[in-house]
Amino acid sequence: MLNTLKNRFEQGCRTCGYPKEKPAVFARYRGKPIIQKDVSSDIVEACAKACPQDAIDIDLKKIDMGRCVFCGTCERISKGAFVIFTDDFEISTSKKEHLLTDGDLPSLAEHSKQHFKKLFGRSLQLRQVSAAGCNACEADLNVLATPFFDLARFGINFVASPRHADGIVVTGPVSRNMKTALLTTYEAIAEPKVVIAVGSCTITGGPFTGSPEITEGLDTILPVDLFIPGCPPHPLTNLHALLTFFK
Amino acid sequence: MTNAFLEISNGEKIAREKIPHLSFDEFSKTALLVVEDGGKVVQFFAYEDDNDIKFMAVLRTDKLFVAGCDAPDSYPALSKACEPFHMFEREIAEQFGMRPEGHPWLKMVRYHANCRDVPDVFGNDYKEDIPGNYNYYQVDGDEIHEVAVGPVHAGVIEPGHFRFNCIGERVLHLEIQLGYQHRAIENLFLNVQAKRLPILAENIAGDTTIGHSLCMAQAVEALTSVTPDKGAQMIRSIALELERLANHIGDLGALSGDVAFLPPANYFGRIRGDFLNLALLLCGNRFGKGLVRPGGVRFSLADDIRETLAERLKELKPQVEHVLDLLFSASTVRARFEDCGIVSTYDAEKLGLVGPAGRASGIPYDVRRSFPTEHYSQIDIPENKKPTGDVYDRARVRYDEILQSIHIIQSLIYSPVETQCVDDSNFNLPPSSFVVTVNEAWRGEVSHAILTDNRGKILRYKVKDPSFHNWNGLAMSLRDTGISDFPLNNKSFNLSYCGFDL
Ligand code: SF4
Ligand code: SF4
Repeated sequence: MLNTLKNRFEQGCRTCGYPKEKPAVFARYRGKPIIQKDVSSDIVEACAKACPQDAIDIDLKKIDMGRCVFCGTCERISKGAFVIFTDDFEISTSKKEHLLTDGDLPSLAEHSKQHFKKLFGRSLQLRQVSAAGCNACEADLNVLATPFFDLARFGINFVASPRHADGIVVTGPVSRNMKTALLTTYEAIAEPKVVIAVGSCTITGGPFTGSPEITEGLDTILPVDLFIPGCPPHPLTNLHALLTFFK
Repeated sequence: MTNAFLEISNGEKIAREKIPHLSFDEFSKTALLVVEDGGKVVQFFAYEDDNDIKFMAVLRTDKLFVAGCDAPDSYPALSKACEPFHMFEREIAEQFGMRPEGHPWLKMVRYHANCRDVPDVFGNDYKEDIPGNYNYYQVDGDEIHEVAVGPVHAGVIEPGHFRFNCIGERVLHLEIQLGYQHRAIENLFLNVQAKRLPILAENIAGDTTIGHSLCMAQAVEALTSVTPDKGAQMIRSIALELERLANHIGDLGALSGDVAFLPPANYFGRIRGDFLNLALLLCGNRFGKGLVRPGGVRFSLADDIRETLAERLKELKPQVEHVLDLLFSASTVRARFEDCGIVSTYDAEKLGLVGPAGRASGIPYDVRRSFPTEHYSQIDIPENKKPTGDVYDRARVRYDEILQSIHIIQSLIYSPVETQCVDDSNFNLPPSSFVVTVNEAWRGEVSHAILTDNRGKILRYKVKDPSFHNWNGLAMSLRDTGISDFPLNNKSFNLSYCGFDL
């Protein structure tokens, strides 16, 4: 007992102040990309050639965050001349096309659906379906339940049954073997329901693009309301998206 | 020991013509001899070469051995005499349609059509949903009932199907069917541009990003005759230990939650995050993605990073120690952990368990000791084996390794070796070569093997996650155990679905 109390005292309160204060992330974190618009085409082409995800649109000089895995190769080989990845983790969008960006993202709050806010603003119950990613996205959703992020204080919970849920959070590129289970889970949720796509492999196939076993884009099989990019998205990116879209 | 196989080293480039190409009989006879004598199977796979299907096996004793042979369409199963081949033969049957006659338990592994368009060994129609027409193992009797769980589980976890045959609360048999996460990664490796290789390796299993990245990078380095500098080797070792720490700590927290002792569950949940953040400190990603590349690492240990890393570790170490003490000194926790889900050394040997699960069952094998890569030949790793193979021992191995990993990182932080960061670069692989790499990731032995054809194109890329061995260990631990202890046993192994499913 004494031991338990001693530990309790040592641990203290660790919950972060977000969204009131923005917690600092370490400097090497790669968040929202800001494109340098006056960059020469040669540099953009070199970046596009080196990009493992073919996520760079040479003509538009934009990065598709739905494909990007935030490896930072383009920033590095252009020495920042094409793009700089900032520490801004607030990068989610309500439309897939908004993910193709030069750094100027539309405000998520303004693009969220007002009736969702009304319905789910005070209580949002989500069912997570893991469908063939690498499990890092699940891991960084799971941490939202730890004391540091403490998702439940916002009235948002992950629940066990789709019958108890207001929507699904999908991770992974929906393998052939998972497709039916995903669709059945989706159907089991009562209307109106929300679909959230987390991670680049969910949004576009990401690292697994080109495999005949996967679905390239969750939006090709379900109506997606919220896109959370990253590989995986930082937990704060997830938190920002959920709070801004529904609160 | 001399045998018909060729002795090789971990991460050594071998010209394919040097690899003994045996008759199937000799291949099978020698492989059986080595493994019956206590050897283990590191890799055993089929590949297509000039329209012929061939087998290749990498075995280990205290050394590594390789040999190949022509693959017959059907052949007497090696598993009939020697259990450690069991999963590999099923995998080969699924991937290439070669039938191991007399295999004791021939069923699909991941549920997908074979790559040769030959009739399916399991008689599955892949237009139908998993699990096809497979009949689960059934126990007969009036009192017997079945419990089916998954693929979608009641939590934020990966999909898999679990079928329990129970009498009352007691589990007689657990059958685990995976494959839901199958993305055909091995085939992707054959077809993508070189720049995508590291990204693929990182995403085989996100919680083992460093383990798999190292196997891939070391394999490419061996083939292209590149040696990363000392600093890179050190940073890679630090990263692998950080990965071990985050996962072991997270698992101990989850185990604590499963026996309803919530303080350590919450503390370790948060502390795990702190260790993930240290990976982010190093390379900008909480799972270490973007750090390891063929040739070295992409991020150095700059002075300010060293400082912060050292500071954080100093701060976290006593917290970790105190929570470990809280967890392991609670009698209620010990009452639940001890004697729960025992896997005997005998069974563990037959199943070929690796990593902490193997060590908990008395098998000392640790790649860091046996076939050290990176900086590990300079680091003294204790044996870490335990006697009973219950949940307590599986937790206890983690306990020991957590303290050791913190110590290892602390001892490396201030080594004054610098590294020349590598950029993502293209590489050309040499023709007709072979390499196999093994590393001790947090779940145990990860192994990648690459074969190139006569133009230097990848002919076969084989990935093995430790979960490939250990899922059967979990099934075994449930025998004669209360079904309510399933979550506890499951967490004590905490195996990868995506790493298994590829
Ligand atoms: S950071 Fe994104 S856009 Fe840039 S190279 Fe990596 S994947 Fe491509
Ligand atoms: S988006 Fe990236 S991190 Fe997330 S599951 Fe897919 S591969 Fe893993």
